[in-house]
Amino acid sequence: MKVEEILTGGEGEKLFLLGNEAAVRGALEAGVSIAATYPGTPSSEIGNVLSRIAKEAGVYFEFSSNEKVALEVSAAAAASGLRSFVFMKCVGLNVAADSFMSTIYEGVRGGMVILVADDPSMYSSQNEQDDRLYARISGSPLLEPSDPQEVKDLVKFGFELSEKFKLPVLLRTTTRVSHMRGVVELGKVKKGKAKSTFERNSSQFVVLPANARRMRQELIRKLEEIEEFANSCELNRIIDKGGDSGIITSGSSFNYVMDIVDEYKIPAKVLKLTLSYPFPEKLVKSFLDSVKQVTIVEEVEPVMEKEVLSLIGKYGMQKRVHGKLDGAFPRAFEYTPDIVRESLSKSFDLNLPPKEPVKSDIPLPSRPPVLCPGCPHRATYYSLKEAVKSLGIKNIIYPTDIGCYTLGAAPPYEMADYLLSMGSSVGTSCGFARATDQRVVSFIGDSTFFHAGIPGLINAVHNKDKIMLVILDNRTTAMTGGQSYPGVPIDGMGDTAPEVSIEGIVKAAGVGFTKIIEPFNLRRAKEAFTEALRYSGVAVVIARHPCAQITARERRKKGIHIVFDVEQDKCSRCMVCVRDFACPAIYVAIGGSVHIDALLCVGCGVCRQVCPDNAIEVTK
Amino acid sequence: MNSIYKIYLTGVGGQGIIRAATIIGEAAMKKGLRAVMSELHGMAERGGIVTTEMKIGDACSALIQKGSADLLLALEPVEALRSLEKVGPNTTAIVNSAPIIPFTVSLGISSYPEVSQIITELQGKIKNLFIIDALNLARKAGDLITLNIVMLGAAAAIPGFPVGKELLLASMKGTLPASTIEVNFVAFENGYETVLGEMQRE
Repeated sequence: MKVEEILTGGEGEKLFLLGNEAAVRGALEAGVSIAATYPGTPSSEIGNVLSRIAKEAGVYFEFSSNEKVALEVSAAAAASGLRSFVFMKCVGLNVAADSFMSTIYEGVRGGMVILVADDPSMYSSQNEQDDRLYARISGSPLLEPSDPQEVKDLVKFGFELSEKFKLPVLLRTTTRVSHMRGVVELGKVKKGKAKSTFERNSSQFVVLPANARRMRQELIRKLEEIEEFANSCELNRIIDKGGDSGIITSGSSFNYVMDIVDEYKIPAKVLKLTLSYPFPEKLVKSFLDSVKQVTIVEEVEPVMEKEVLSLIGKYGMQKRVHGKLDGAFPRAFEYTPDIVRESLSKSFDLNLPPKEPVKSDIPLPSRPPVLCPGCPHRATYYSLKEAVKSLGIKNIIYPTDIGCYTLGAAPPYEMADYLLSMGSSVGTSCGFARATDQRVVSFIGDSTFFHAGIPGLINAVHNKDKIMLVILDNRTTAMTGGQSYPGVPIDGMGDTAPEVSIEGIVKAAGVGFTKIIEPFNLRRAKEAFTEALRYSGVAVVIARHPCAQITARERRKKGIHIVFDVEQDKCSRCMVCVRDFACPAIYVAIGGSVHIDALLCVGCGVCRQVCPDNAIEVTK
Repeated sequence: MNSIYKIYLTGVGGQGIIRAATIIGEAAMKKGLRAVMSELHGMAERGGIVTTEMKIGDACSALIQKGSADLLLALEPVEALRSLEKVGPNTTAIVNSAPIIPFTVSLGISSYPEVSQIITELQGKIKNLFIIDALNLARKAGDLITLNIVMLGAAAAIPGFPVGKELLLASMKGTLPASTIEVNFVAFENGYETVLGEMQRE
């Protein structure tokens, strides 16, 4: 399948789509006008697809500077009467939370769908937060799809629901739904309005306390109406496989439940909640009346389990409830079919034997993710480490940030000591500079700097903190797959755009020491770092070189293919390139000789500068 | 439930595992079958382990229970060993014998077993096992990057594989860049013929 088919695929046609691709199609079928995001796994592909097809689809799409801005762009569009779609990863909603809360209070005129992709088991996130709780804090209706077909259908339905109740709708996926691929039957693409007119109404759109108090009551009334709708809505359905035991489930867990119930022929009534907040009390109450006991199968937090328990308490019912709280299901990490089988055997008191897997006792090498061959961050870490060594500074604290360079935590660089969230490197540097007498050297990526690093830097200047900040500018949002951001001359639509200067911002903030370096020139980079480390105040070094993925693409296009190898007669096996530089293309063969893997080498040549024997040469 | 065919694909970031699995899924869809797969993106892509699980047939979830894969497609030998949890008595496995040594080995933090030791171990554990030098077959096809398609061709030769060669080739045409189709078709045939040849010898 080609990406364009997500737009051009006709009604009734079937495509094998990723959950994230299906989300785009759903928005297109709903006639979305405006879409915005800040990229974050597991939601990134939604933006990648939109950036490819938005123009042709007649949709405005942007990679906003952060999730809060993306939500605000979307909220204003919806307040103006357009259908708008904003999407982000789980923790992105923390960044957007302030405006998110108010958007729910104020409500919308055009439909607004907020997609959040949770990441149980934290494949690429810093925590396992359950964004279903955000529906409850804010009072936004919540949709939980289980597979790509439902993602598409529910994004579309979300817009209708949003317009019906004049309220933004939260749609929560998880990694296993966003990154699930399945057969999706397409509906019809609808062209959205390009522009609308905002009609002023400050009592609706300005959260002054007096207005907010009225909005709060209005929101409660809306939620009561939606709950009534959720009680009879066909999205919440019962699959009756007999027996007098019930299962309540949603999202990805529903898939595991159905596969296990089918395979082991478990008699159970399964209630699938898809419009799961406001919690449909009447529907659940009558479901509970039809069963003797109930098992709640949900990932991360016991959210529905507590709703069920409170309902049982409210009506004085006598039912056994199994789930996370009685220990039948594990509290942490994502579920799997194996976990659901084991846990259902406990709660249903059944013997559901697993198939015996094959086992091996051979110890296996670990294979953690690494910085790519040719990654400019490696060169930066290397020369900074050399500078630190030559100055003999001990006990440096290295606050770091979110991006590929977080991998700098690994040996041999080991320059990542403290990390909280996007942009936290700078703010925490200020704290360390105050709390200790240690030297503070922190790292932040280019896109992350624009996202949330700037306020921290301004804080450092104003409060006269002695910190050194390295801005790793690789000209892209690399970790999430290479999206554009305000520092590059191209926008989310693929059009040329003003490039916002990092050094311009740094200087305007009043930073006393600013240097831009080419990290591939190790000697110069070391000199710049040495100077910065000697500076007493806020020093910023911008290490600028394109991401290895970008240069690899350019080389392929131009047909350039250079690789390096080690000349064995010159190599003294000092291991500097292996142990200190640690490019994954360089390896030690059995017998101890050092080589460069021609498949992995991208020809950056930085290892040549590292080699004391001058033994690394271009392969002829 | 017998109609569900479960495939576990494993290897290292950059080997094209997701691409190979997607081609299988699209071919299944064209045959009118249900297909679901689960992929992981993000941090693991940077030289880490990549696994993809898929089911062809009437399954809701793509995730495979322990010991119950029908086919293990391992693009790297150590990763085949790491996936044994999904392998049971009825699993067929195709394993590429060309290793990718992780940098942790060069740094001396971990060690990589001898490939011959890995193969002996796999032979002792898996009844239906095909070890192929997919890297060499890809080289013969004309581009090392076609290793994933060699493995795909090898899978297509396994009896009971739910989609036939023609549908897979059609799905490759719809997915891969036009300029690479020819070399990929050769790679596919190289894998297909190798496994077919091994089966005939048995």
